[in-house]
Amino acid sequence: MGSLKYFTNGLLKENPSLVLVLGTCPALAVTTSAVNGLGMGAATTFVLLCSNVIISLIKNLIPDKVRIAAFIVVIATFVTIVDLVMKAYVPDLYKALGIFIPLIVVNCIILGRAEAFAQKNKVWFAFLDGLGMGIGFTLAITVMGAIREILGNGSIFNLRIISQDASTILLFVLPPGAFVTYGLLIAGMNKLRAKYNL
Amino acid sequence: MAKKLDSTLPNMILSLVIISIFMSAALAFVYLKTKEPIENAARQKEAEAIKQVVPAFDSNPATGKIEKGGIVVYQLTNQSIPVGFAVKSSTEKGFGGHIEIMAGFLPDGSIYNITVLQHKETPGLGTKMNEPKFSAQFPGNNPANFSLKVKKDGGQVDAITAATISSRAYCDAVQRAYDALKQVTDSITTQP
Repeated sequence: MGSLKYFTNGLLKENPSLVLVLGTCPALAVTTSAVNGLGMGAATTFVLLCSNVIISLIKNLIPDKVRIAAFIVVIATFVTIVDLVMKAYVPDLYKALGIFIPLIVVNCIILGRAEAFAQKNKVWFAFLDGLGMGIGFTLAITVMGAIREILGNGSIFNLRIISQDASTILLFVLPPGAFVTYGLLIAGMNKLRAKYNL
Repeated sequence: MAKKLDSTLPNMILSLVIISIFMSAALAFVYLKTKEPIENAARQKEAEAIKQVVPAFDSNPATGKIEKGGIVVYQLTNQSIPVGFAVKSSTEKGFGGHIEIMAGFLPDGSIYNITVLQHKETPGLGTKMNEPKFSAQFPGNNPANFSLKVKKDGGQVDAITAATISSRAYCDAVQRAYDALKQVTDSITTQP
């Protein structure tokens, strides 16, 4: 089973958020709570998976010179689908993620994987790559959301663990906290990769 | 493996057109499928909010609906006895701009309950306006003799720590709801 490596690649070795440092905008902006991170990750994974598969399927139909335009049309379609579906069935989460759902279109993880992987590989590999990258991204931003939520708001997945009146480190739910958390996570990831030689 | 299409002009145009047509078709399909659930979700949310902010009622909110300058007042009755008003009000003064609230008033004009429908405030700061520590200050008070301003501005409302702007906006939205309600009730009582 040599194809499994395409899946695990995205989880650790080439984690899009923590190793490739792609798609930092949503990673910094929406991770104010673990639920937001999970929701954003799920939406991105869906788009990544679908766009990878479709682009891999039609790769021979796309002339090289217009490939980016073609990729964007495919990606934008799936993002709009996610946007509509979330608005219809999970309005609360949709509200929390707000503008960042439409902005998945320009998330460079998706265009990056289309350009670097899906257009050169078989559909099955592109599927695994999309799934792995998506789950890697989801894990990274969910952990980040959890850390910021615990420190900044005293709760995790909306469950309160510190009393409402206790003062929390508000900095962590504000933008600077996002950078601090992100930096520390990347540092931790580097350490981990050096230790286990990933 | 089939050969990649050459980048000639007809090829490029053709392939982009075909891709666009297929994608638009997919979008049209999803749009039609989700149109109704989206409207239902919005309506349900509003109905739930109304239920939260006024005492039990059995009338249909849509029948007692009056619009006043962008603010919607729902007149509600229980067995034909008025139980109160739900007022959908909004303000643009929030830290993140637009805030939409549903405020419930008893027939005598005092606040019964308030819930926030929509906002873009800072998570962990302005978002606390929905927590009882802040929102419990309002119910039971009549804006006629309860100053809807934060203490910093000489009012009677304890602002949320580090979110004075959100607190002010919240008060502003409630004030606007009350003003609209006054106009509506005045026009009702003056009617013969």
